[in-house]
Amino acid sequence: MTQSTLNNAAAVNGAVTDQAVDAQMEESARGHFGVFGGQFVPETLMVALRELEDEYERARHDEAFREELAGLLRDFAGRPTPLYFAERLTKYFGGARIYLKREDLLHTGAHKINNALGQALLARRMKKPRLIAETGAGQHGVATATVAARFGFECDVYMGEEDTRRQALNVFRMRLLGARVIPVSSGSKTLKDATNEAMRDWVTNVRHTHYIIGSVVGPHPFPQMVRDFHAVTGQEAREQSLQMLDRLPDACVACIGGGSNAMGIFHPFIEDKSVRLIGVEAAGDGLDTPNHAAPLSRGSKGVLHGSLSYIMQDRAGQILPTHSISAGLDYPGVGPEHAHLKDIGRAEYVAVTDAQALEALQLLCKQEGILPALESSHALAYLPQLTKELGPSGVIVVNLSGRGDKDVNTVQSALESS
Amino acid sequence: MSRLSKTFENLRARNERALVPFVTCGDPDMATTRDLLLAYADAGADIIEVGIPFTDPLADGPTIQRASERALDGGATMDDALQLIADVRKQTDVPIVPMTYINPVYQIGYDAFAARCREVGADGVIISDLPPEEGPEWVEAGANHGVDTIFLLAPTSDDARVAAVTKAASGFIYAVARMGVTGARSDVPPEIAALIARIRSHTDTPICAGFGFSSANQIRSTCQSSAVDGIVVASALIDRFESTKGSNAQRIEAAASMARELKDATRP
Repeated sequence: MTQSTLNNAAAVNGAVTDQAVDAQMEESARGHFGVFGGQFVPETLMVALRELEDEYERARHDEAFREELAGLLRDFAGRPTPLYFAERLTKYFGGARIYLKREDLLHTGAHKINNALGQALLARRMKKPRLIAETGAGQHGVATATVAARFGFECDVYMGEEDTRRQALNVFRMRLLGARVIPVSSGSKTLKDATNEAMRDWVTNVRHTHYIIGSVVGPHPFPQMVRDFHAVTGQEAREQSLQMLDRLPDACVACIGGGSNAMGIFHPFIEDKSVRLIGVEAAGDGLDTPNHAAPLSRGSKGVLHGSLSYIMQDRAGQILPTHSISAGLDYPGVGPEHAHLKDIGRAEYVAVTDAQALEALQLLCKQEGILPALESSHALAYLPQLTKELGPSGVIVVNLSGRGDKDVNTVQSALESS
Repeated sequence: MSRLSKTFENLRARNERALVPFVTCGDPDMATTRDLLLAYADAGADIIEVGIPFTDPLADGPTIQRASERALDGGATMDDALQLIADVRKQTDVPIVPMTYINPVYQIGYDAFAARCREVGADGVIISDLPPEEGPEWVEAGANHGVDTIFLLAPTSDDARVAAVTKAASGFIYAVARMGVTGARSDVPPEIAALIARIRSHTDTPICAGFGFSSANQIRSTCQSSAVDGIVVASALIDRFESTKGSNAQRIEAAASMARELKDATRP
């Protein structure tokens, strides 16, 4: 059987129901992954979170919901995405075979559309006419603006002022799609502050607004729900690997900001103990400098944006500024399930610098004719080490979570100044 | 009986409601905060909330965000806040209630934080982003150390939540008067009377309302139209302090005189 005959609808339905069973087992306490997760939010939001949790429970057991989502993922977003053998890159490193899960080929140019579609359908079920979102690189903002246009929602996107500058192309795209982009000038003017501002909007307008959180972060049920909507990536990759290679990969590699694309590819492999799950954080200028965004590598336990996880903070619990060349990874927190996977040792978390990511971006352009997003380039930057470690018999799946068109200006100025 | 309970008992006996001004600790420096706090006590404040600044105050509007930024820029820490409460406690018996976010408390540990609060003479604690579902350990720590755990209820809270929150709360219940974040507004919050009535049907614990109170008329109408036990005023006082020209002493006097006027509105 070839990739194109993959029964996508079945894969999607399977994804959502399988996750449902797993999720119930994990959630011994509501919305916790081990000690992590929870619902640390102002009282005003508690009823809305309960409503969302209930609606999601109903939706994922509803055949009509699953079919509609599967249809949209196929015909609107372009699923399934290929699992592509990166032949020249494999030769270049001379080690393990490298396969790219091509989420960059999805409509809007990144994996974010999987979750935006799912949550838009939920918002419609809850009869909320307005969507809001936070965005860093702008990919989640574009995905949200896209589904808002597709379904006729009013849409406001919060984006740090610094990010509106470095991702100007995406700001214009969101406006073309009919969304209002609200620049956020508080704090560090990046993703963290955009998230604060989106939360403040939600507290004010929760009765008629749904907040599409763009990663596996935030209060329960977001980390679980966003994971489930992205798990289709891992489901497909697993099936494709079995069909094409008659075996599972030795490792799945993905970049980690909040961790949505990583959780999406990791989750269906969690029970496959032979598959290493490797998350790559943004080391910025280096882990031993203050200028990085690697809470799993260098953070400590704390609460940010509604859940307990690893965060970057000082000893008094104040959140520290972060740095990454990639706006989508420039965030001091990470999804609580990643924190749990780290603590139980099921996933490994490493970090690569801005410079390594830039180099990986250029290499993929030249070796494969694919321009990856700066975010995804962090995953690629771990390949020199991993291909060598696993050797020629090894198989690696890299989640190529987004394409790099949006980053051309940033890359150009970084290369010219270096 | 806790200092908070005694305060409300005395107020009820006089058919009076509490005025609860808020200061952001360390805005713009510790000495000013101390003077401002004592000036509010002198102006008739019944309880004083001491905001312990956090980098990401997502329940707060622009005024308190700015105050928190000034305080953090000035180097204010949790230890400074607790030391300030200890200093002020020597000069006034007015109940003092620290208000903060969960992360700084989580870093110290619930039990250790409750113990420190008790030691410095704080009476109760409000944690803006800690609903009771996440707070059983905190309630236990508060009870062990004699520190009241003040939880919030909002217009969106359904009856099941009102029942659960009133069970976990002690000292008083903080009724969020309107949807949204903190910040001065001029209207009488439309949903507050209904919320107070719903809470009152579950408990006798005193209820203070906050979010958006800024004028004597607005406070008087709210006190007349509901069984509220107190009114919290934060952003409006900070706005007054911020916008007053002159020395810190003059700015403190301007804010304290506003507090005096608002206190009058809570009397029968």
